[in-house]
Amino acid sequence: MFDTSQRKKLVSVKGLKMYFPIHTGLMRRHTGDVKAVDDVSFDIYEGETLGLVGESGCGKSTCGRAVLRLYDPTAGTIEVDSTDISTMSQGDLRKMRPVMQMVFQDPQASLNPRMSVADIIGEPLREHTRKSKAERLDRIYELMDAVGLNRDFANRYPHEFSGGQRQRIGIARALALNPKFIVCDEPIAALDVSIQAQVVNLLEDLQGELGLTYLFISHDLSMVRHIADRVAVMYLGKVVELAPREGLYADPKHPYTVALLSAVPEPDPAAHDEANRIILQGDVPSPSNPPQGCNFCTRCPRVMDICKQQDPEFREIEPGRFVACHLYNQ
Amino acid sequence: MLDGAQPSVLDVKDLKTVFKTRRGEVHAVNNVSFSLKAGELLGVVGESGSGKSVTMMSLIGLVPAPPAVVTGAGVMFEGQDLLTATDEQLRAVRGARIGFVFQDPMTSLNPVFNVGFQLMEPLRKHMGMSKAKARVRAKELLELVGIPDAERRLKDYPHQFSGGMRQRVMIAIALACDPKVLIADEPTTALDVTIQAQILELMKDLRDKLGMAVVWITHDLGVIAGIADRVLVMYGGQVVEHAPVRELFANPKHPYTRALLKTVPHVSGVRSDRLKVIEGQPPILRAHPTACPFRDRCEQAFNRCSRENPTRYSVGPVHDVACFWDPETGGPRDV
Repeated sequence: MFDTSQRKKLVSVKGLKMYFPIHTGLMRRHTGDVKAVDDVSFDIYEGETLGLVGESGCGKSTCGRAVLRLYDPTAGTIEVDSTDISTMSQGDLRKMRPVMQMVFQDPQASLNPRMSVADIIGEPLREHTRKSKAERLDRIYELMDAVGLNRDFANRYPHEFSGGQRQRIGIARALALNPKFIVCDEPIAALDVSIQAQVVNLLEDLQGELGLTYLFISHDLSMVRHIADRVAVMYLGKVVELAPREGLYADPKHPYTVALLSAVPEPDPAAHDEANRIILQGDVPSPSNPPQGCNFCTRCPRVMDICKQQDPEFREIEPGRFVACHLYNQ
Repeated sequence: MLDGAQPSVLDVKDLKTVFKTRRGEVHAVNNVSFSLKAGELLGVVGESGSGKSVTMMSLIGLVPAPPAVVTGAGVMFEGQDLLTATDEQLRAVRGARIGFVFQDPMTSLNPVFNVGFQLMEPLRKHMGMSKAKARVRAKELLELVGIPDAERRLKDYPHQFSGGMRQRVMIAIALACDPKVLIADEPTTALDVTIQAQILELMKDLRDKLGMAVVWITHDLGVIAGIADRVLVMYGGQVVEHAPVRELFANPKHPYTRALLKTVPHVSGVRSDRLKVIEGQPPILRAHPTACPFRDRCEQAFNRCSRENPTRYSVGPVHDVACFWDPETGGPRDV
């Protein structure tokens, strides 16, 4: 198991809130907020992979982007590599960028179709280093080797590559500046099953070689079980459970995690017969108008009276296991 | 549900679809044959580009021709060959005797009409119902697929429904005329897992209640394991393996199926430290295949695989596989 006591915290997020204002009417008055991320706290240790899972609209991507300051967060602090970046100016932030990078979901949309592979991978080098053209090219080749792209393809354009290869280009670009921390936002969601394994293995290999730290955002619970050391589960803007991988999958605590895991169809017909499937009723409420009390109280199979009045505190119930649920507050 | 005595409702023989484009031909579907029995749920699994959607679109005349050319030895449905049917005859079948549910409910519903109108349209066109009668039936259909407050929801527009509810509306429209066959093309792919679980449950219920045959197209082996009776595995425009669901997962014969089952991680059971990888890329279907489409990625490939394209050999009661390699002996198949 991943031992957190020995490790150094690389990323520390405290009370992160990301609200998007809603303006209505003729005067565009501020009438409410979409609470995409609402009071989220977690740490990521050096060299580990933190999986961030949840359904669409739960705020996991917004959270990942806010952690890299691609948004200006509404409240909270974000420390990366012992530097507080939550209120840093864009100019100072630019100096931090080589440390923290991102791999995006859609390799089609995140690569400029008018730039060749060499230009795409070389752009961070051009922006952030004073390398000569020849030095840059050396580094580009080195990166292409590292992610398993043929050097001969350096002058080709993104449309000439398949989805899996495009994702490799995106990964090479993220690695160009030797970052410590990479946010992977659904990096395999757009890929075929047989290609997903190739990309996940590549990410794991790179982590081993370069000592990278990942925040791995995904809705695919089985893939997160494979890649993550610890897993955070989000629901409607809040982290409801955070635990080491083994604990979370073997013994989920929060009723939402239990339901989510039971809803994953296993590729095994026998498992479907035995499965004690919990079918959640209804849909996720709107993040602009979350229910009073616990956000999950409208769909929770174990809802109590207190859940509808009081928002449960996110606290440590066992060493390393955090849950926000009244069931564990007695 | 798998006994041979059941008459089949849909019989497809040697279906071929070729797209003739300016940059050459694309052989999207190659000699696909299968039959579908009443009340059965047939899963079709494959990666993108394997031809699973094009197969189903071809047999009902939904691929644009030209550029597509659909040929075959016959698509028999209710005593009629759909390949030789006229457009008018096909229209009487589509949406009435054979229903469709597509992947993305937002793009397949018309945003400018309320769902009541869209539900009543097939009822009035195909069944000749009066407006009032169609309205009553539309309300019943919404109740059937589990949409609460059906009467009021008829007046709502697609954007007023959530993703899962929209997919329920799509299913209700597909069921409107009591189809014999329902073709569902990745119906839960755009949905979250907890909503997907709801729709899977609903489909199983409806199949039992209405007794129609369902073709369920997906790339998700987990969904197939939970819902299908029988499975077709497609690769490179061909059916490479066909078996009852339990047999397929317990005893896969084709190297592609075997590799695919090993490459997907699970949420329970033993966690492997490293995922098994199928190296390489799926084939580009430029020319008529004279060799096995999987040979370049296959660990078992030998000379014959690049000379000949295997046909489907029977390896069990309802189990056949298109491969020259025999996992039992670990050597070439004696054919």
